[in-house]
Amino acid sequence: MTTDTLDVRSLANQAYKYGFVTDIEADEAPPGLDESTVAFISAKKGEPEWLLEWRLKAFRAWLKMTPPDWAKLKIAPIDYQASTYYSAPKKKDGPKSLDEVDPELLATYEKLGIPLGERARLAGIAVDAVFDSVSVATTFRAQLAELGIIFCSFGEAVREHPDLVRQYLGSVVPQGDNFFAALNSAVFSDGSFAYIPPGVHCPMELSTYFRINAANSGQFERTLLIADKGARVSYLEGCTAPQRDENQLHAAVVELVALEDANIKYSTVQNWYPGDAEGRGGIYNFVTKRGACRGANSKISWTQVETGSAITWKYPSCILEGDNSIGEFYSVAITNNLQQADTGTKMIHLGRNTSSTIISKGISAGRGQNTYRGLVKIMPKAQGARNYTQCDSLLIGDKCGAHTVPYIEVRNPSARVEHEATTSKISEDQMFYCLQRGLTSEDALSLIVNGFCKEVLKELPMEFAVEAQKLLAVSLEGSVG
Amino acid sequence: MLEIKNLHARLKDGREILKGIDLTVNAGEVHAIMGPNGSGKSTLAGVLAGRDGYEITEGSVTYQGKDLLDLSADERAREGVFLAFQYPVEIPGVNNMYFLRAALNAVRRQRGEPELDAGQFLKAVRAKLKLLDIGEDLLQRAVNVGFSGGEKKRNEIFQMAMLEPKLAILDETDSGLDIDALRVVAHGVNNMRSPERAAVMITHYQRLLDYVEPDVVHVLSHGRIVRSGDKSLAAELECKGYAFLDDVA
Repeated sequence: MTTDTLDVRSLANQAYKYGFVTDIEADEAPPGLDESTVAFISAKKGEPEWLLEWRLKAFRAWLKMTPPDWAKLKIAPIDYQASTYYSAPKKKDGPKSLDEVDPELLATYEKLGIPLGERARLAGIAVDAVFDSVSVATTFRAQLAELGIIFCSFGEAVREHPDLVRQYLGSVVPQGDNFFAALNSAVFSDGSFAYIPPGVHCPMELSTYFRINAANSGQFERTLLIADKGARVSYLEGCTAPQRDENQLHAAVVELVALEDANIKYSTVQNWYPGDAEGRGGIYNFVTKRGACRGANSKISWTQVETGSAITWKYPSCILEGDNSIGEFYSVAITNNLQQADTGTKMIHLGRNTSSTIISKGISAGRGQNTYRGLVKIMPKAQGARNYTQCDSLLIGDKCGAHTVPYIEVRNPSARVEHEATTSKISEDQMFYCLQRGLTSEDALSLIVNGFCKEVLKELPMEFAVEAQKLLAVSLEGSVG
Repeated sequence: MLEIKNLHARLKDGREILKGIDLTVNAGEVHAIMGPNGSGKSTLAGVLAGRDGYEITEGSVTYQGKDLLDLSADERAREGVFLAFQYPVEIPGVNNMYFLRAALNAVRRQRGEPELDAGQFLKAVRAKLKLLDIGEDLLQRAVNVGFSGGEKKRNEIFQMAMLEPKLAILDETDSGLDIDALRVVAHGVNNMRSPERAAVMITHYQRLLDYVEPDVVHVLSHGRIVRSGDKSLAAELECKGYAFLDDVA
């Protein structure tokens, strides 16, 4: 973890204080969800009429929808009327000092090597950032602006770049796409927006800024990322330490648009609170992520490391419209204790000579249930389309489960679709071999699991990969006797 | 260094494999344990290294004054017990160098020595490779994945040389090796010989003993040591085969 990263992460608090949300800090919507709640949120954010209409359309669609029940997940009913859909940050409700924070959470931070100041922030304690963060922000922003790159909060984008937002919002994930996406579209709080102009290669990973926004945007995040012709960008999402979070339901939407020759790499490390060993608490992470390769020769690559949340429902997908466009999905999903994950991808091949690669590594420990669910769809015009799918499952112990549910639909006879799947248990021989060389059983497990995930981890940007490796080890703690 | 007294061990299914082993290995000695298939040689190696799946029903094992059976497998390793595996295990995706460095640093921590950084480690690796005449090509591959039989055994010996154990147990490390690989193995063991270290070589054939001269040769049969002697015993076995043991036992 570099100092730079930390500086900018600490900036999160600062940006919050002085950013666009300041004026609504004291406000809170009454619990419940109806059209007036939607209007309240939109008004608080000072949104234009068209966006309010857009939200209301989503809300009306949502009313007619039911939560998806096809995933292999056991979800307790959620009372959507009991939640508060708009509230100012609850800085004062959090613990006052580290003494009041769950010691287990602190122990985890320590293992991840997170500095003390950062631990406090992650634990939800209001800390005054000691860095001169405003100037850091200005420096980055100036550097990006010189290249014409727009990178800001979603709310800011609505005000400053309404045409771009209006053109692309909902163009990949329409309001009525699914239950959770519709809910998000109606009540989304904030999120990130990025636009990379034609021919520009973004000179830095857009991680730092995202972290700023991620700390603020709460339950219903909205991300829109557009790479114009020939543009390239790598985007990092997430925080590698478990966030203390009061919200149980998280329903985010991420939309990516890649025009001709554009290249988007989107990496996620997700480590939200998984609940305790008995399955109490924990985040429901119901996310809709989708990218459209609109232009010829464009490419979208998703990499995700999912270790947190009590329930994960997530299928980062690619719509391969442009000829020769490429979609990739690299995933590691871990379920320990009573965690459940139903995750995978959809690769929709529309253009000629489109190709997609899916590498999924599921790891189940404790009583965790891990499902890979993936769709590869080759449409009639996708002459010469290719897909390669590899799904590997690793079981640790004998009370967990791994499931692979591939759907393949091919409507063009020239398509080539390959699917490989393996399920293995961590072998006693491997463990003993490591132990006999002096590694502790926890180190041995971490080593074997990291090896199992290597094909995915190597897709992560360097600094992220190291943190992800540590995270895998922490997530699996206690899963070997 | 190692004192085994009346050691009885059985498998989880209740079959008794070791039926009263007595064996004393002093520092500086190399012992060879020979015997036919099924005599309990590999079980003995597994029990000493702490592999799961065996139940010790009787007897004791003392290693450097400690009750060895009281230590977990990884504790034994860090205390200087090394097992060269008969079938080295593949660990996909884990770089051989990375694995070895993790192991070496675990052992060094135990000895109170500082951990090696990447540069120091590489230097140490190069020195050992040269000493053992092993190519660098094994290092960048995943642990044992796609290694030939000979490569796997060389890798075991290389690990042993790096970890510098006090007590090395070689479980049929010589089996299936061509003469060049056999020389590498022998060279590795001979290099380790010192007044502070000891080795137990489990082998089916006399061949390895042509290159590594043992101080004592034991013959294991039906879970007991039935004969012990100097290296001429190995030659005798080679000549007569194991059949005569049945008369002795």
